[in-house]
Amino acid sequence: MPVAIVRQGDYLIASVQSDLSDNEVLRLRDDLAERVGQLRLRGIIIDVGALDVIDSFVARSLRSIAVTARLRGADTVVVGIQPDVAIAMVQFRLNLEPLQAALDLDEALVVLDRSAHGEGEDGA
Amino acid sequence: MNRSDPPVVEPAEAHEDGTSLLPELIEYLRQHRTELRKEWVRRITDADLLRVMTPEEIFSEVTAVYDNYVDTLKTGSVETLQDYARDLSERIIPRGVETHEVLGIVLLLRDVLARSLFVKYQHDSDLLNRILDAYEPAANRIAVTVGVSFVEERERVIREQQEAIRELSTPVLQVRDRLLILPIIGVLDSQRARQLMEQLLAAIQTNRAKVVVIDITGVATIDVGVANHLVQTVEASRLMGASAIITGLSSKIAQTLVDLGVDLGMMRTVGDLQGGLEEAERLIGVKAKERHSVAGPEA
Repeated sequence: MPVAIVRQGDYLIASVQSDLSDNEVLRLRDDLAERVGQLRLRGIIIDVGALDVIDSFVARSLRSIAVTARLRGADTVVVGIQPDVAIAMVQFRLNLEPLQAALDLDEALVVLDRSAHGEGEDGA
Repeated sequence: MNRSDPPVVEPAEAHEDGTSLLPELIEYLRQHRTELRKEWVRRITDADLLRVMTPEEIFSEVTAVYDNYVDTLKTGSVETLQDYARDLSERIIPRGVETHEVLGIVLLLRDVLARSLFVKYQHDSDLLNRILDAYEPAANRIAVTVGVSFVEERERVIREQQEAIRELSTPVLQVRDRLLILPIIGVLDSQRARQLMEQLLAAIQTNRAKVVVIDITGVATIDVGVANHLVQTVEASRLMGASAIITGLSSKIAQTLVDLGVDLGMMRTVGDLQGGLEEAERLIGVKAKERHSVAGPEA
């Protein structure tokens, strides 16, 4: 599976290495949802820097990962969207709401820390 | 039908004559250079063409064109004339000479010369016909060459200027760490809007920008297309992890946007650039503080 998933503290970092097939996207979603509850995580970071294309299916899957994870108590941040990919996405009117986006891993950690602080200690 | 056989020979004769007629024609144009030139200038002035140039300038250009014209008739090669026409266009385009003037002038010369040929050969209509056979194709080719050279030169100038305007008018400036300003001045079309978006996103990536202030004080009007491009730019910035603030919406543009029903609900707008920068610093300040407070325990 072309996605490397590593754990960092209370967060899970899923790094997508290459374009995903529809099945792989679905597997990633189930995998992440499963682990969030098991490991009592507070956040998921999905790195899509290696993707040349984010189509409507991938965008919807990312959104559903975020919603599922939220129900299990974790926030999701997408990082590394390339300029070309961003332009294509807005032109096809794909949006990632309610997902948050960040430039890179550093930024994503800041975003997650902020929401963890803002929302209290229930996850810890 | 069978009677048409003998006359077939005639055009061949005429053709032979035609080739020998051209030198005669050229000689005629050389000899009457002064008066034909004067006549041409008079027609140009009467037609009220080339008003941006002084009479002396017109006369010297006219002389050069006339000589080139005769040369071209003689050699049959338009290259020298083409070079001259291009050079001439380069000089007169910045002074505001219009396409219709150039075409009008070239056609006037054609008329002046044809008219004088009529006068000279009016007693011998057969010879006149053959002279015109030799003259007309060459003259038309010259008119086309000059006209096309002028238009090509004009298009080249326009292309260069468009390029220059495009490059000049879309700077992305870093004001301080992680804060970019994009001042937009002039007319926004879809090509430029797209270019702006690309530049901005690339700048967000290289400068690791957190906040972008897009100032549209210098944009006079806005339509649905441009408004949508702005919305797209804001959304694409968000996908790259940067917040965008739009400043400098004039009351007219604000009203237009409301009338058009463009949904700007997702956009953060502030009245002027100063306010936008204050808002941006506040956003960055808040974020920087958070970064400090969490840096320790995580490490």
